[in-house]
Amino acid sequence: MKKLTAVGLGLLMSTGLASFQAQADEVKIGMITTLSGGGSHLGVDIRDGFQLALEQSGRDDIELLIKDDARKPDVAKNLADEFIQRDKVDILTGIVWSNLAMAVVPSVVRQGVFYLSPNAGPSDLAGRLCHENYFNVAWQNNNLHEAMGAYMQQQGLKKPFILAPNYPAGTDALEGFKSRYHGGELAGEIYTQLGQTDYAAEIAQIRASDADSVFFFLPGGMGIAFTKQFHGSGVELPLFGPAFSFDEIILGAVGEAAIGVVNTSQWAYDLDNPTNQAFVESFREAYGRTPTLYASQGFDTANLILSALETAHPDDADAFREALRAADFESTRGEFRFGKNHHPIQDIYVRTVVAGDNGQPTNRLVGVAVEDMQDVFVDECRM
Amino acid sequence: MTLSLLFEQLLNGLQLGTMLFLMASGLTLVFGVMGLINLAHGSFYMVGAFVTAWTAGTTGSFWVGLGAGILAAAAVGAVVELLVIRRLYHRQHLDQVLATFALILIFSEGTRWLFGSSPLWLNVPEALSGAVALPGGSRYPVFRLVIIAVGVLVAVALFLLISRTRLGMRIRAGESDREMIGALGIDIAKLYTLVFALGAALAGLAGSMIGALQSVQVGMGEPVLILAFVVIVIGGIGSIKGALIGSLLVGLVDTLGRVFLPSLFKLFMTPAEASGVGAALASMLIYVLMAIILAFKPKGLFAAND
Repeated sequence: MKKLTAVGLGLLMSTGLASFQAQADEVKIGMITTLSGGGSHLGVDIRDGFQLALEQSGRDDIELLIKDDARKPDVAKNLADEFIQRDKVDILTGIVWSNLAMAVVPSVVRQGVFYLSPNAGPSDLAGRLCHENYFNVAWQNNNLHEAMGAYMQQQGLKKPFILAPNYPAGTDALEGFKSRYHGGELAGEIYTQLGQTDYAAEIAQIRASDADSVFFFLPGGMGIAFTKQFHGSGVELPLFGPAFSFDEIILGAVGEAAIGVVNTSQWAYDLDNPTNQAFVESFREAYGRTPTLYASQGFDTANLILSALETAHPDDADAFREALRAADFESTRGEFRFGKNHHPIQDIYVRTVVAGDNGQPTNRLVGVAVEDMQDVFVDECRM
Repeated sequence: MTLSLLFEQLLNGLQLGTMLFLMASGLTLVFGVMGLINLAHGSFYMVGAFVTAWTAGTTGSFWVGLGAGILAAAAVGAVVELLVIRRLYHRQHLDQVLATFALILIFSEGTRWLFGSSPLWLNVPEALSGAVALPGGSRYPVFRLVIIAVGVLVAVALFLLISRTRLGMRIRAGESDREMIGALGIDIAKLYTLVFALGAALAGLAGSMIGALQSVQVGMGEPVLILAFVVIVIGGIGSIKGALIGSLLVGLVDTLGRVFLPSLFKLFMTPAEASGVGAALASMLIYVLMAIILAFKPKGLFAAND
């Protein structure tokens, strides 16, 4: 009997050991993203794009844990602690908003965990606070605005009227725009309240000015409200903005008021490369909708991780970091590489909103606004 | 600054004011009659907008949607009153705030669960889209003029309801002495449900109309709710007249402040600084207004139970 117990114990121990070993080889990825409340369609698309890439890889040794931050910095911070201390994740990703990223990322990367940003790219993380374990797969926040400044200058627009909400990303947007626009004089510059939904007063000011075009950065519901009200106001000026106000989901809510708007994006669903075509097709099949830029960013982030895992496990931090830095994966954006601060160097495209086949507005690729764009904060990064 | 721009901005202030009145009147009625602080009032605004957007999307008619939105908000209001609010009348304000805050969370997540997390499409009806010429040469959207007209109509109708009808008499009686009208044999429970549903319907009406102008998304009610609370505190809690004056005051001060403060600062600052400082100060302006009014009239301009 004693022998039997010993054998039993031995067996138990060996299975325990085996499962422990399997766990050590397994890669754990923690995703903190916004899945509830306002602006949750961004988080949902990042998640769906990310999961799609994991499914397509066919790997079963990757465990993805997903938690909702409800767009609150304190919640995101707690979730990050929980992921690192309790779940012992190797990689964190998913955060949509810059203020949440600033609350989470600096402490996370110092603890030796890798963080890959599928969206937020605040200037501090590209410059002063850059870190070897932090990679941004989307863009630095200013990129799309800078590209639009350059594009509007190319188009010979002389008097743009510019507006954005009065918060860090809003001031970054207008500063970014102005840093690359030198084609004339601004007709006006307005900072609106964050979360404002009525723009009658601003539209009246635009009407009263002698502007020849309008550039605006109003993400989420703010952009929907502005575009609709601008369309109804009878002011007939061309609208320009970054892609954030014109993803496919927002276009559905704005309706035909958006037709004719020109926007800059690092990605477009009709971008002509095989990876992208396969991605758009499989995304539509899996989720029944056209992917947004956020979905493409989630997809690219997952594929970057997968490519690096081919070379090394995150436990071997140096090798894994090198593999990430090489960015040896098929991006939906075509060519993709990292600058020395681990932020992308990539083409920024121009899209225009047209009426689609079923009358629904949709984006169409026009061309390249700026080739090989790199953020301006790279020199502040000591790495 | 031309005269026509000033006139246009006055209309914008008026439109914001009438919209706030639709929200604030319900809020102040409920507080005046039942003594209840209802944080979930913004949820009825959201319900109205979502049901309108959904119905208008299915039937193709904004007007059917509008009717459905108002009815749905009223129905949801009545159900919420019967199930939850009824138990709160005799509790402290803190309990009421906690319970109605929970309702906000339940409504927001419920709406997201039903309609998904992406904003819904709702546009101004074809007949009312476009703009009309104003005296002075500028143009103004027809739909905003309609919102002003609806706000004025509701104000008149509420005034007649409260001062001329039996229901209004009971509401006024309820405001001045809750126990007594119960003792006089009036079915106070039914009256409460009715008043609550009426307030919810007005919020739904506001949500439906504003949804067409702005965006229909989860959490759209809360920013409006905060403004509506500022309005009723300024106007005097429980007073419809106070809600009307307060809404117009807040609407005009907020709109004109947003426009003229930055231009004022531009006189002695660079444009970028002026728009930053001006915008920051403009967003505080209504709270400054509230503080000044409360300093002189601690119960608001037209306190109901004076």
